Amino acid sequence: MSLSSDKSPTPAQPGTVNPQPRRWRRPPLIRNPLLRWAVVTGSIIYFYFAFTTMGIDPARIAQGIPRGWEFLKGFFWPDFWTRRSDIAEGVIESLSMTLISTAIGVVLCIPLAIGAARNIAHPVIYAICRAIIAITRTFPEVMIAIFFVIMFGFGPFAGIVTLVIATIGFLGKLLAEEIEACSMDQIEAIRATGASTPKVIIFGLVPQIFPRLVGLSMYRLDINFRESAIIGVVGAGGIGATLNTTFDRYEFSSAAAILLIIIGIVLLAENVSSYIRQKLI
Amino acid sequence: MPVAERDGLKVWQRRTRGATLTRWAAWLVFLLVFLYCWQQISERTLWIFVLDSHKQAWDLGVRMTPPRWTYIGDLWGPLWDTLNIATLGTVLAILMATPLAFLAAKNTTPHPLIRQVALILIVASRSINTLIWAILFVVLFGPGVVAGVLAITLRSVGFIGKLLYESIEEISPSPVEAIRAVGGTPPQVLTYGIFPQVFPAFVGISVFRWDINIRESTIVGLVGAGGIGLQLDASVNSLLWSQVSLILLIVFILVLFSEWLSATIRKAVT
Repeated sequence: MSLSSDKSPTPAQPGTVNPQPRRWRRPPLIRNPLLRWAVVTGSIIYFYFAFTTMGIDPARIAQGIPRGWEFLKGFFWPDFWTRRSDIAEGVIESLSMTLISTAIGVVLCIPLAIGAARNIAHPVIYAICRAIIAITRTFPEVMIAIFFVIMFGFGPFAGIVTLVIATIGFLGKLLAEEIEACSMDQIEAIRATGASTPKVIIFGLVPQIFPRLVGLSMYRLDINFRESAIIGVVGAGGIGATLNTTFDRYEFSSAAAILLIIIGIVLLAENVSSYIRQKLI
Repeated sequence: MPVAERDGLKVWQRRTRGATLTRWAAWLVFLLVFLYCWQQISERTLWIFVLDSHKQAWDLGVRMTPPRWTYIGDLWGPLWDTLNIATLGTVLAILMATPLAFLAAKNTTPHPLIRQVALILIVASRSINTLIWAILFVVLFGPGVVAGVLAITLRSVGFIGKLLYESIEEISPSPVEAIRAVGGTPPQVLTYGIFPQVFPAFVGISVFRWDINIRESTIVGLVGAGGIGLQLDASVNSLLWSQVSLILLIVFILVLFSEWLSATIRKAVT
C-alpha cells in the first residue's frame, strides 16, 4: 500500500486533529513514474499511428453493413440442402484428413520427441530434433500448405502432409517436455536388467508418457479438424474449400450452414476429447 | 493377475483374454476407419502429381535461393500492418472479452441465463478460425487491414474470454467478502476484490494471445485482409519464389521475436 505523502505534508500528531487526513491511494501498476509515463505516451503515439495508417474506408464499411445483415439472416435460416452433396463431401474429406494426419503424426512424433529430450538423447541429435520442432512450429499451417499444394497438387493429400508436419511439431515439443520430466529410476531399473536401448525405451519410458501421449493426441485431433477446415482456402482440400466457394458466390445461407456444422463438430470433438483425457488421467 | 496355461505351465500375462480381445477389436475398428478414410483421400488425389513431387520440391528450392534481398524495401509497410492487425485485434478483443468473461464466470454472473448466452458467444467465437472470420469480413467490408483486425478480434474474444472466466472462477472468495463487508459497492468489489486476483492471469493470457495473433496476422492477407500475407499471396501467384523465401524469413524472425517478448513479459508478471 502506498500512502500519498504529497497530500499530507505534516503527518498527524497524536492528540491533534489533522485538518487534512491522510488518504489511501491505489498503488500504481508500474512503480517507476518515468517508465509509467513512457509506457502511456508510447502507447498513445502507437495507437494514433496505427489507426491513421489503417486506411478505413467509411463508404465501403457502410456498404458492408447490409451484407452483414444478410449473413446474420443466413445464420438464422441456414441452408443445408441446396449444396448438400458439396457439404457432405467436404465434411467427409475434412474428417478423413483429420484422422489420417493425426494417426501418422502421432507415430512419427514419438522418435522425434525422444530425440528432442535432453535427458536421453545425444546432444547432436537433440539439437537437430529441436531445430526440426522449432521450424515446424513457427510457420502457420496455411503457409506450409501453400508449398505442399505446389509439390503434390491441389487436393487433400497436400493438406494431410501439412497437418502431419504441424502435428509432429506440436506433439514433439510437448512430448519431449514430458520425457524430460520422466523419472530416471524406472529407466535405470530396466537398463540394470541388461535390456537393450529399444527395450529400455519400450518398458522404461513409454509406460511413463503413454497417458499423456493419448491425451495430447486427442487434443491435437481436435486442433487438426479446425485446421483442416481452413487449409482448403489455399487449395489443400477439406470443408474450407467448400466454405470459400460459398463465400465467393455470396451464398450466405449455405456458408452459415457450413459454419454451423464446423461449430457442431468442433464442440463434439472437444467434449469427446476432454472426456477421454479425464478418464485417462 | 491374468494367467494363461501353456504346455501345462502357468505363464504371466498382462491382460485377461477378454481385455485382449477388446483391444484387438478396437484396433481393428480403428484400422478399418483409417483405411476407409485413406480410400476417400486416395480417390481425390492425383497420384501422378504426388510421385512427381521430389522434382517440384527441388525446383522450388532452386528458385527460392537466394532470397531477393532488395525486395525488403517493399515489406516494411506490410510488416507494420501485420503488427497493427495483431496488436489492435488483441486490444479490441481484450475490451470485448473482459466483460464477457465476468458475465460467463459462475461467481460473477448476474444471472444463469446470461451466463449461458455468454458461454455460447465464447464457444462460437472460438470454434471459427481467424482465416474464416477474415474471409467473412473481406466479403463484408472489402479487403484491407480493417477486415484483418476484426477477424483477429473475433477469434481472440473467445480464447481470452474462456481462459479469463476460468481464472475468475478460481479466485478466492475471501477478499471479495472482505471488500463487501466494509461496504464496498459492486464496482468497488470488482476493482478491489476480484480484479487484483485475476490480474496476473489477465496479462499472461493477453500477451499469450498477442503472440498467437502475430502468427495469425501473417496469414490473414492470403484472403485479402491486409498485412504481409498479401505480399506472400501476390508473390506466390506471380511465381516470384525468391521474394517468397524472403517473406518466409521475415515471418520466421517476427514470430521468434514475438514468442521471446511474450515469454519475457509472462515471466515478469507471474
